[in-house]
Amino acid sequence: MIHFENVGKRYAEGGEALSGINLQLDAGEMAFLTGHSGAGKSTMLKLIGLIERASYGQVIINGKNFSKLGRRHIPYVRRDIGIIFQNHKLLNDRTVFDNVALPLVIAGQPHRDIQRRVHASLDKVGLLDKERMLPLSLSGGEQQRVGIARAVVNKPPLLVADEPTGNLDPALSAEIMNLFAEFNQVGVTVLIASHDIDLINRMDKRVLVLDKGRLIDGAGEQGEVLQ
Amino acid sequence: MARQATRRSPRRSATRVTSTDAVPKRGTSTVRRPRGKGWLRGYFKGHFQALFLSLGRVSRNPLSSLMTIAVIGIALALPAGLHVVLKNVQGVSAGWEDAVQISLFLNQSIEAAEARRLVEKISAMPSIEEVVHVTPQQALGEFRQYSGFGDALEVLDENPLPNVLLVRPIKEASEPLMVELLLHELRSLPSVEMAQLDMEWLKRLYAIMAIGERGVLVLAVLLALAVLLIVGNTIRLAIQNRRDEIEVQKLIGATDAFIQRPFLYSGLWQGMLGAVMAWLLVTLSLWLLHGPVQQLSLLYNSNFSLGSLEPVGILVVLVAGGLLGLLGAWLAVGRHLRDIEPT
Ligand SMILES: Nc1ncnc2c1ncn2[C@@H]1O[C@H](COP(=O)(O)OP(=O)(O)OP(=O)(O)O)[C@@H](O)[C@H]1O
Ligand SMILES: [Mg+2]
Repeated sequence: MIHFENVGKRYAEGGEALSGINLQLDAGEMAFLTGHSGAGKSTMLKLIGLIERASYGQVIINGKNFSKLGRRHIPYVRRDIGIIFQNHKLLNDRTVFDNVALPLVIAGQPHRDIQRRVHASLDKVGLLDKERMLPLSLSGGEQQRVGIARAVVNKPPLLVADEPTGNLDPALSAEIMNLFAEFNQVGVTVLIASHDIDLINRMDKRVLVLDKGRLIDGAGEQGEVLQ
Repeated sequence: MARQATRRSPRRSATRVTSTDAVPKRGTSTVRRPRGKGWLRGYFKGHFQALFLSLGRVSRNPLSSLMTIAVIGIALALPAGLHVVLKNVQGVSAGWEDAVQISLFLNQSIEAAEARRLVEKISAMPSIEEVVHVTPQQALGEFRQYSGFGDALEVLDENPLPNVLLVRPIKEASEPLMVELLLHELRSLPSVEMAQLDMEWLKRLYAIMAIGERGVLVLAVLLALAVLLIVGNTIRLAIQNRRDEIEVQKLIGATDAFIQRPFLYSGLWQGMLGAVMAWLLVTLSLWLLHGPVQQLSLLYNSNFSLGSLEPVGILVVLVAGGLLGLLGAWLAVGRHLRDIEPT
């Protein structure tokens, strides 16, 4: 599902954020991405979400080689990747329902399906009773859950989350992580960047460790073979 | 670097080295594009949504939209109004063409009978409406009656006045160029001593109106450019205001077409509402002018009444407004939407 081959990323200003990354994450796997601040976690997720392009190497997600992908195709590829951001990136002038419905509206789904699937998605994250509220009137954890509901509403095969529990209390963090584990159980591939070591340890999943832009642990067999 | 992983998921141990082609796929992995039966329906639905979404935006931001619409209205009203004025002037002057008349002074030697034959000949020409024959006797009589030199004329042995034919061309042949041709033709008749046409003033009027028409055209083009800039600027600001929203939409897979649709439609709305405003402005101005014009035409014993924008004109203004709005929005969208990429 996620395949990195000798991937590096150099930002226009600043040094190399990622260098020589080899990684193989199979469909249906769930893994955590950790490392010190500035290690390159967000950069790696941005490469997966096509928000940034690799400076060299091959990023192949869901069978599609991103280095060969034209600008026109980017939107369609992004629809198959559910991304969750630490700062939620919700539209604050739209209701919770409208926010969650957005991916379906963008994909041109029929109205009836939208209603049903948004409700299913909100039910999953336990916010069905808040659908008419605006995001800013929700708590941080609730906003994060709206973001998750939006990311999963069109059933993408891959979910990536950048510090989804960044500023939540431990109980809430655990709750959100369990939500991800539930999605993983129904076959969704999940990759979560986090530096909440305790929580990661409790989840007992594969852990990828980044250090100064290099993947020093959990690369997967292929990565290890290549190195 | 290739240390053993400290923690592995159970599934991890089952991972095998796979070639890039053999990356396992699960779930829906195809690049989804709108295709198949529901495609067209989806396409129109998308446009329908955007159409009303954009109207909602226009109405949600009434002040700035109203300002833009007003400026577009004034910009379109100017050329439209001048066009109406020109049309009216042309209408009036078309009436004056009836007065076009060529006076043919025949040679002194021409007898009355021959003059009558000439009248018949000229009357038979297709571009002639009417020929009036003024004999020397009639002319002398009139001269006597109106000049007050009647007594002086008694001194003369014979009538010094020639046969005169007053030729009036048909309406279609009354515009300057045609009349000029006719004049030339009549002048070259052997029995005609002199042919006279006083319509220099009409020529000048036509020349002035041609300048006016050209001026309205130039003004219309300039103001159309202004409308483009106005709409473009409004849409640019709207895009900037919605930067975050556009970013989020792009992040979750919105195509450029999806994102730009509401902006294009709000350009269209603004242009068309601006055109409606222009029409109202022109109608209002004409209504204000109606009274004074009526008075003036009464003074000239004319039943002239001020014409307003004809239906075709209204349609042209509406279409022009809509197209300009759409084009302005399209230019702005093309320039500014690409710059917004999620980070
Ligand atoms: N847009 C950018 N332009 C230039 N340099 C950048 C940009 N984004 C990230 N970097 C640099 O790349 C490196 C990796 O950044 P990244 O955001 O991926 O780290 P991170 O692991 O997510 O850190 P954190 O845990 O603090 O979120 C950092 O040194 C950062 O300064
Ligand atoms: Mg980060």
